[in-house]
Amino acid sequence: MATTSTGASRARADLGTARTRGERRRAPRRRVDRVSYLFLLPAVLLFTVFITLPALAGAVISLTNYVGFGDWRFVGLANYAVLFTDPNVLTSYGFTLGFSVVTVVLVNAVALVLALGLNARIKLKTALRGVFFLPMVVSGIVIAFVFNYLFSTSLPALATTLRLTGLQTSLLADPDLAWIAVVLVTAWQAVPSALIIYLAGLLAIPEDVYEAAALDGATAWRQFWAITLPLVAGYVVINTVLGFKNFLNAYDIIVGLTDGGPGTSTRSVAMTIFSGFTGGDYAYQMANAVVFFVLTVVISVLQLQIIRRRGVSL
Amino acid sequence: MVTADPASVAAASRGARPRRPVTLSGRRRGRGWGLTLLLLLAGLTVLVPLYFAVVMAFKTSAQAVAGTGFSLPSPLNWSSFVDAWTLTGFARALVVSAVVSAVSVLGVLLLASWASYAIVHNWGHRLFRWSYFYLLAAMFIPFPVVALPQVKLTAALGLANPGGVALLHVMFQLSFSVLLYSAFLRSIPDELEEAARMDGASTWQLFWRIILPLLAPMNATVGIFAFLASWNDYMMPSLITADQTLQTIPVVQEIFQSAFSTNYNVAFASYLMAMAPTIVVYVFAQRWVLSGVTRGAIK
Repeated sequence: MATTSTGASRARADLGTARTRGERRRAPRRRVDRVSYLFLLPAVLLFTVFITLPALAGAVISLTNYVGFGDWRFVGLANYAVLFTDPNVLTSYGFTLGFSVVTVVLVNAVALVLALGLNARIKLKTALRGVFFLPMVVSGIVIAFVFNYLFSTSLPALATTLRLTGLQTSLLADPDLAWIAVVLVTAWQAVPSALIIYLAGLLAIPEDVYEAAALDGATAWRQFWAITLPLVAGYVVINTVLGFKNFLNAYDIIVGLTDGGPGTSTRSVAMTIFSGFTGGDYAYQMANAVVFFVLTVVISVLQLQIIRRRGVSL
Repeated sequence: MVTADPASVAAASRGARPRRPVTLSGRRRGRGWGLTLLLLLAGLTVLVPLYFAVVMAFKTSAQAVAGTGFSLPSPLNWSSFVDAWTLTGFARALVVSAVVSAVSVLGVLLLASWASYAIVHNWGHRLFRWSYFYLLAAMFIPFPVVALPQVKLTAALGLANPGGVALLHVMFQLSFSVLLYSAFLRSIPDELEEAARMDGASTWQLFWRIILPLLAPMNATVGIFAFLASWNDYMMPSLITADQTLQTIPVVQEIFQSAFSTNYNVAFASYLMAMAPTIVVYVFAQRWVLSGVTRGAIK
């Protein structure tokens, strides 16, 4: 979810104090009663059975030639070797990464501008906020079906009426342009969660900073670049990390919009992995999933490194 | 998408301080409407697709294929809803969706608050501290990565049904919810607990009588996120549930997509019925939902 990292950052900040507080208050250490174990057990058990075990099993399966049923044997890293030369897989990685980068940039830009606007002195503030958060509550695949019709039928019809050349064919039918539709609809739905974080960030900037700047004669334009932007930079990072994580897993909206087409031009990595259910590629796609996991982790770690180097405190 | 020139952005950031002294904001007076108008225009990007879904749903099939589709329906045609309702087996999907969402919301509320309480309460113990990070780490494991073995596993356990979907919805929502709950629980003063303990309350009683009532605002936030995630999900039910007659609303939309290929009005009636429950709840409980959601962001 969108709000996770803000929470994570606070939680991390809290952990330090919680630990010292706990040690101070609870020395000598209190005995753990049985109810505490009972409370913890279901959550930990659920995770172990349904995430940790499947993940480990999956990593092992990726080293076999299992097709989803019947016999199998170990084939070492053969699946991985094929993976890196498979045009289908490479195309899906290319699309997914490119799409994620563009969507992250678009979502952040739009959400930041909207947050500044919604935080300003405006009329109808509650109503406007209500409107901009609306996309968050609708189902991704269903709204993608609506947009599907808009892109494939309504917009070309509109363009024909207005005699706009170039827009008269469906965006979704063009292998080179269909990704733009995927970006737009994904951004449409993802903006609210980024917006929440930016609004929270803007509210946290103390009023007197602006007053001091204004007294020193700083223009509004300068105040934005010198105060607002540096102070919300940490939230840009949060939104980027979270956005990337979500967009890399793109599935629902693509199914409703292009179903990976035309051809395979908008097939995401998730869709490629799920093809392992039917195509007899079970172990092979499991190897793909492992690579995808490593890639997700590497991207997250890289982002965190950049944060640390830039000295942005989360 | 949204267009805003730099000046209006700056004005936005500048005008953002409601409690600023009047002397500093003199030049800005009367600007509120300009910016409001810009935002209203931007808001059309949200409202137009929804408007489109509504007008299409109320058209006759002849109107639905004519022109761009943006025109208002005349005459109003209600029969598409009846067709969509029977064609998609909407009543059954609605029941399945409602049960799956209800079970996952309840499951998340219980399991996450239990675990968070145990963790925060026993933070000094290594097992509980490690469990916290263990649960959080799962937040970074995307479903596609574990999907293949997970689907095999749910099938093997006899959970290739809405029950399994609800269980997985609970699990994938746990990390985030534990994060919210434990941040909140840390802000509750220990004295409260100590006092209750003096009176001889057990941990079990303490949780139900003291902690759970205190968690009420957080329950709302966690519940809203869990409900939206479960109700709107397409990926998991489509992969987990084997029996297509037991599918949730988003999956049913996809299954019947081909049947709609010529009847756009019926298709849009179906989409509208699928989106309506969350939108209606949101419109009526907007203030409540938004405060819950922002609390999630701020905590």
